[in-house]
Amino acid sequence: MAYDKFTKLTSSAVPLPIENVDTDQIIPARFLKATERKGFGDNLFRDWRYNQDNTPKEDFVLNNETYKGKILVGGKNFGSGSSREHAAWAIYDYGFRCVISSFFADIFKNNCLNIGVLPVQVSEAFLAEIFEAVEANPEVQITVDLEDQTVSLEGSETVESFDINAYKKENMKNGFDDIDYLLNLGDDIATFATQRPF
Amino acid sequence: MLFIDRHMVHEVTSPVAFLGLKNRGIKVLHPERTFATADHNTPTLNQHLPVEDPLSANQLAALERNAKEHGISYWGLGHEKNGIVHVVGPEYGITVPGATIVCGDSHTSTHGAFGAIAFGIGTSEVEMVLASQCIMQPKPKSMRIHIEGEVGNGVTPKDVALYIISKLSTSGATGYFVEYTGPVFENMSMEGRMTVCNLSIEMGARGGMIAPDQSTFHYIKGREFAPKGADWDKAMDYWQTLYTDEGATYDKELILQGSDIEPMITYGTNPGMGVGISKNIPSASESKDSVDSYKKSLKYMGFNENEPLLGKKVDYVFLGSCTNGRIEDFRAFTNIIKGRKKADHITAWLVPGSHKVRQAIIDEGLYDILTEAGFELREPGCSACLAMNEDKIPAGKVAVSTSNRNFEGRQGPGARTMLASPTVAAATAVMGVVTDPRTLSN
Repeated sequence: MAYDKFTKLTSSAVPLPIENVDTDQIIPARFLKATERKGFGDNLFRDWRYNQDNTPKEDFVLNNETYKGKILVGGKNFGSGSSREHAAWAIYDYGFRCVISSFFADIFKNNCLNIGVLPVQVSEAFLAEIFEAVEANPEVQITVDLEDQTVSLEGSETVESFDINAYKKENMKNGFDDIDYLLNLGDDIATFATQRPF
Repeated sequence: MLFIDRHMVHEVTSPVAFLGLKNRGIKVLHPERTFATADHNTPTLNQHLPVEDPLSANQLAALERNAKEHGISYWGLGHEKNGIVHVVGPEYGITVPGATIVCGDSHTSTHGAFGAIAFGIGTSEVEMVLASQCIMQPKPKSMRIHIEGEVGNGVTPKDVALYIISKLSTSGATGYFVEYTGPVFENMSMEGRMTVCNLSIEMGARGGMIAPDQSTFHYIKGREFAPKGADWDKAMDYWQTLYTDEGATYDKELILQGSDIEPMITYGTNPGMGVGISKNIPSASESKDSVDSYKKSLKYMGFNENEPLLGKKVDYVFLGSCTNGRIEDFRAFTNIIKGRKKADHITAWLVPGSHKVRQAIIDEGLYDILTEAGFELREPGCSACLAMNEDKIPAGKVAVSTSNRNFEGRQGPGARTMLASPTVAAATAVMGVVTDPRTLSN
């Protein structure tokens, strides 16, 4: 499914300084029953965001008007657990285009790259600096430049570069997914299929 | 780029992928390499009746419709071959050594027990495989986890896996594919190997594998979808080349001692927070998690630093899931409860991984022993492992569960999960408190 192109993003950020944020927290399993991809943002971080009677939990960051933006900043090992792409969909649907952390789980990272959310891995030190800066000034701007593969923080000297697969980078810049590319390889795939031993 | 030999599909992570094909006006490229089963949201009682939850019913109907439209074999609710995708794949011989296997489920790593390259994928990737039978992946690094010596009496494959995760943490193998080597794995049954490989993702690894050997070939031979006759001989010629190369090198190696492992149980909210059952909850300084994360976990669980785990009151026991829902798990559970009774205050959910497992429970006489002891056997599905169906542990209640994740709310909003083996679950179910099965006399 096509998504909006990602080139350069400058935004304030929403901080979630918690480690090991698993995909069951990002979107609990009971909200995976849709047969279409829509509305998942409403249930992003459902059980951290709402009480059981559906009233908002006031101490959760998404319910705090002070923090807004298109960048979510999470603690290390973000997105561990289940392969549910619904977690990445929920993040995108809520309005985030980028997640910054010091470490990502593999499947979650792939899922993000496939749907137009940019996972940006930074050092532990820079992550701590970002959390501190956002806490001190919720309006502080973070700039993520995909072309240069850099991330910078307003008012800080630090500019870190981040890794991204070159093919995925081109896709992300153009809003492409992998399927058109794969479909163009149809003949090669057909030949290979006949050579498999089972 | 990888060509995918076997693609397993279930109701939760596939509908949006099929919708993608429809929007592009294309069909599944290799329906004969695609296998669909319903498991994640299916009820475990009264499966002969219509599914009550309209959203689940709609998702199941969508899978059935999509399978029919694309000519994919579909083992839906009530089908004799229905069961959890990672249980039925191996038991019908779909899983074979050297195959590339994917499914929109992180526990696809299970199939690595056969020396297959098996890993979980997201829905966009499900769509890629349906459309092209191929997937693009960054090449993972390799890690060897070697266990020397033997494990003691009463130590199960689940304990081995929870022990490894407690050493590595939930992100210690992220970016790696794991190979498990050494006598402990060589002497393990195929079902035990599946339990270990299943939990590879809980240390962050996309996949984990064990080199195929005579146990592997013996398990596969004669199963419905396994190669037959001349095809079998040809397959064996290939499979026998899939051993671990002498002097193979790995990007990372972890060497552990089998004798250090005791029955394990988790005390926190990620699978890395496990300890030997006889030990106390580690203090914040001993924990691999940050102090904040550790404190948040213990608060959620209602536990305190340095408390003993043995003797903790438990409300629910869950036996099942793609981790521990196979016949050997039910044999191990039944062996402990035989001649005993379920504790009155314990609610126990015993959910076989498939109809085939359920039938074996009945045929082997385990059903009668379980019933005699006050247990009820349910119908197959993922059930309380992820609580998508009605099988939810109530808020605040403590469950000893043979499943794979103890995340906050995993088994229901507010549910508190302690992961353990089927034997620890059985001992706990009869005693009503966390119990070391080795301390129960035979």
